[in-house]
Amino acid sequence: MSGILEGKQVLVTGVLTEASIAFATARIAQEQGATVVLSNFGRALSLCQRIAKRLPQEAAVVELDVTNTEHLGSLADRLREAGLDTLDGVVHSIGFAPQEAMGEGFPEVAWEHAATAFQVSSWSYASLAQACRPLLGNPSAIVGLTFDASVAWPVYGWMGAAKAALESVSRYLARELGPEGVRSNIVAAGPLRSMAMKSIPGSAQFEEAWEGRAPLGWSVTDTEPAGKAVVALLSDWFPATTGEIVHVDGGFHAVGV
Amino acid sequence: MSEDIQAGLAEILEEVAGVTPADATPEKSFTEDLDVDSLSMVEIATAVEDKFGVAIPDDELGNIKTVGDAISYIQKNQG
Repeated sequence: MSGILEGKQVLVTGVLTEASIAFATARIAQEQGATVVLSNFGRALSLCQRIAKRLPQEAAVVELDVTNTEHLGSLADRLREAGLDTLDGVVHSIGFAPQEAMGEGFPEVAWEHAATAFQVSSWSYASLAQACRPLLGNPSAIVGLTFDASVAWPVYGWMGAAKAALESVSRYLARELGPEGVRSNIVAAGPLRSMAMKSIPGSAQFEEAWEGRAPLGWSVTDTEPAGKAVVALLSDWFPATTGEIVHVDGGFHAVGV
Repeated sequence: MSEDIQAGLAEILEEVAGVTPADATPEKSFTEDLDVDSLSMVEIATAVEDKFGVAIPDDELGNIKTVGDAISYIQKNQG
């Protein structure tokens, strides 16, 4: 049986633990026939390398710090060395806001903290696309991850503002890269107990909100639905979809209290 | 044997967090004494699973404060 990513080559950034959406994406992508290369950076690199061995097929890992211009500049060459001569898909699973930029006290946050959130979580989506551009095929797909940024959440702070920017950056990429056959879409997942979420103080209240409201129900430990959606958007089954945000949240966004 | 587990754990601590093996004694707190942060704790848990075949679920990881806690958790759950 052939999968929906048969023969495709995909870069998945931001794999940290088995609880990450990126890990589920990489696993499902491999199950669907893709060759996957992972990236992470700094101290997270060695953890990523350990986790890469837990995929159905061990994946190569390249170092990519999206705040490092040299890393971005040499990414295409290093992906070639890792065995990817072209890219059919790129998954952006990168986000960070300093603790100072989250929690309560939104208007008091200093620019330097907000700036870090925007650089790592929003601007990096465009810079990653640009770094991969020499390898991106026609057609190909870039997929990012957001936490529905159309509303303001408790404690999410400037990370939420940075996610709103990410959603906008995706639309601009869709506009600019569409003529080259590159699609850009975002998956808005419900709360999941990954390192990303656990690093947000007070994030447990999201879990409670989802439990009571999502029409389909929601499991905070099941990354499979989000991973499947990312893989679907990477595949040829969304050939005319770009600049879109797909909610994978049990239907939470669609209903009132 | 808890000595073997301690030695194996010390190796992991050295590799992941640069802890001198002689410092990895049971009474030491990961965060207070050994400067191990949450990211390193996750990597240590991953390495523990690879080495000892004992998975430490995230909920349990928060309860493991000292080297001794980790040793007894591994001992208790080893097959």
